[in-house]
Amino acid sequence: MTDLADLSVTEAGAKLRSGEITSLELTNAALRRAVVTEAHLHAYLTLDQAGARSAAAEADAALAAGDDKGPLHGIPLALKDNMCTRGIETTASSKILAGYVPPYDATIVTRLRRGGAVILGKTNLDEFAMGSSTENSAYGPTRNPWNTDTVPGGSSGGAAAAVAAGSALGAYGSDTGGSIRQPASLCGIVGVKPTYGLVSRYGLIAFASSLDQIGPLARTVEDAAVLLEAVAGFDIHDATSYRGEVPAITRSLQAGVRGMRFGVVTELSGEGVDPQVAAAVASTLDALSDAGAEVVELSMPSTEYALSAYYLIAPAECSANLARFDGVRYGLRVEGETVEEMMAASRAEGFGPEVTRRVLLGTYALSAGYYDAFYGQAQKVRTLVRDDFRRAYEQVDVLVSPTSPTTAFPIGAKTADPIAMYYSDVCTIALNLTGDPGISVPVGLDDAGLPIGFQVMAPALGEETMFRAAAEIERLVGFEARPALATSEVTEP
Amino acid sequence: MPVDIDIAKVARLARIALTDDELELYGRQLGDILEHAERVQALPTEGVVPTSHPLPMVNAFRPDEVTGSLDRDVVLSQAPEAEGGYFRVPRILEEE
Repeated sequence: MTDLADLSVTEAGAKLRSGEITSLELTNAALRRAVVTEAHLHAYLTLDQAGARSAAAEADAALAAGDDKGPLHGIPLALKDNMCTRGIETTASSKILAGYVPPYDATIVTRLRRGGAVILGKTNLDEFAMGSSTENSAYGPTRNPWNTDTVPGGSSGGAAAAVAAGSALGAYGSDTGGSIRQPASLCGIVGVKPTYGLVSRYGLIAFASSLDQIGPLARTVEDAAVLLEAVAGFDIHDATSYRGEVPAITRSLQAGVRGMRFGVVTELSGEGVDPQVAAAVASTLDALSDAGAEVVELSMPSTEYALSAYYLIAPAECSANLARFDGVRYGLRVEGETVEEMMAASRAEGFGPEVTRRVLLGTYALSAGYYDAFYGQAQKVRTLVRDDFRRAYEQVDVLVSPTSPTTAFPIGAKTADPIAMYYSDVCTIALNLTGDPGISVPVGLDDAGLPIGFQVMAPALGEETMFRAAAEIERLVGFEARPALATSEVTEP
Repeated sequence: MPVDIDIAKVARLARIALTDDELELYGRQLGDILEHAERVQALPTEGVVPTSHPLPMVNAFRPDEVTGSLDRDVVLSQAPEAEGGYFRVPRILEEE
């Protein structure tokens, strides 16, 4: 019999409604899986067993009374620990927020609770979402369920590892430069960065406000679509939230790709891409051609500059956003003679090396005399990147590339070299600059048994087309492998 | 163009108290990262309008209605130090 923890969100939803299972049974299955896998993975920072069981019991009672709150009713999910949860510790994996218990829920949390979802706990991340491996957590790294000597990617590495291992049926992360798509790729699951503004960020601990976006991680494309649809839409508490109609997300999953035009981005598919990753991408493109899609190659020269522009814009915004961590209103305080000494000592003690590096870089890039040369110029390059994408979408419906140039790398392999780590996001970063949506779909394993992800990109608010393409890729490729950790009885290490 | 960074000044502006060893390390790493940024500086961008935000941003208005707010004691419970309904901090003004 299938372990309930391995059900998809849609399968579990059907079984809940038919009365075959209860939310409490489902939640207990995910919690049992967590107890076994956490000893190996450290995907969670907080596992709220009591809260989850009580929410599950409430969901069961409501459903029994005929009060069906929607597709996430009774479904146990995980949240990246940079989203505020009232009454549950929220740290963003930073020492500076150790013990912080938010007095309010992020809008996404409010919507999940209202939709009857069960929140299992809070997952590990690179401190303040800055990183590509989840090794920058102040609470220790998360490990990849496919091979625990490798990283799960990042910064939403805990969320990706939990969904891959079955200790959550789905999860929400945040993506500022690839932080949902890249860990989804490295963990063999689906990850989505929606169009900028589609999901409210009220209560998301801000990293880089013109780039941050919340999105789902799931085991199937359909699940990802359901998870996104359940939380998307305007929120009065988020001034950057999109005010128009939410695009149809789940409607066209069965429509296929006949006649759809796919553009392969030359600059993201050649140099630096692992040959096995390139081969899996190529064979996926062949399958798409056979299914009636038109595949062309497109050169987008500005994407080569996107990474450099990003590493000026993101640190600049982060240095402004993280000014709020000053030891006054919440979080860590290290005493000092004056208020300024107190702040400087608290921030030195509370921020890890990558966060310190980026705050310093951003402070420099914004400082008098350097602003135009660095930040101003990066914003102009951002325009060039947007123009390149706009032109490309005049010729094709979607753009594609590998999600990550390599599969999961060994823990510790890139920690000493920040620039090498930054290159893990080379394929995902452009979309955060443009605000367009992207999805990563697993399309195979390399010789070492590590997953390979395929990225589909679409113009802003083009989620319907993007999900339609992704669903067809999922059908064509038939990727059904699961990490050994999710399928076998695992003993304590 | 070698990037000349007064890292001690940057750390002071960022309000992060760093040791001499840390200043040396971060100064070097920032130099390396900014060298990559020179690629960006070399691009011709005359006449290009900067993008600060992916969506066209306008004022976000809401109805002027009284709504609930957070409970003061709950908020202050997260403060490192609070007194009489206020956040408490070390002295801010220098004494004469």
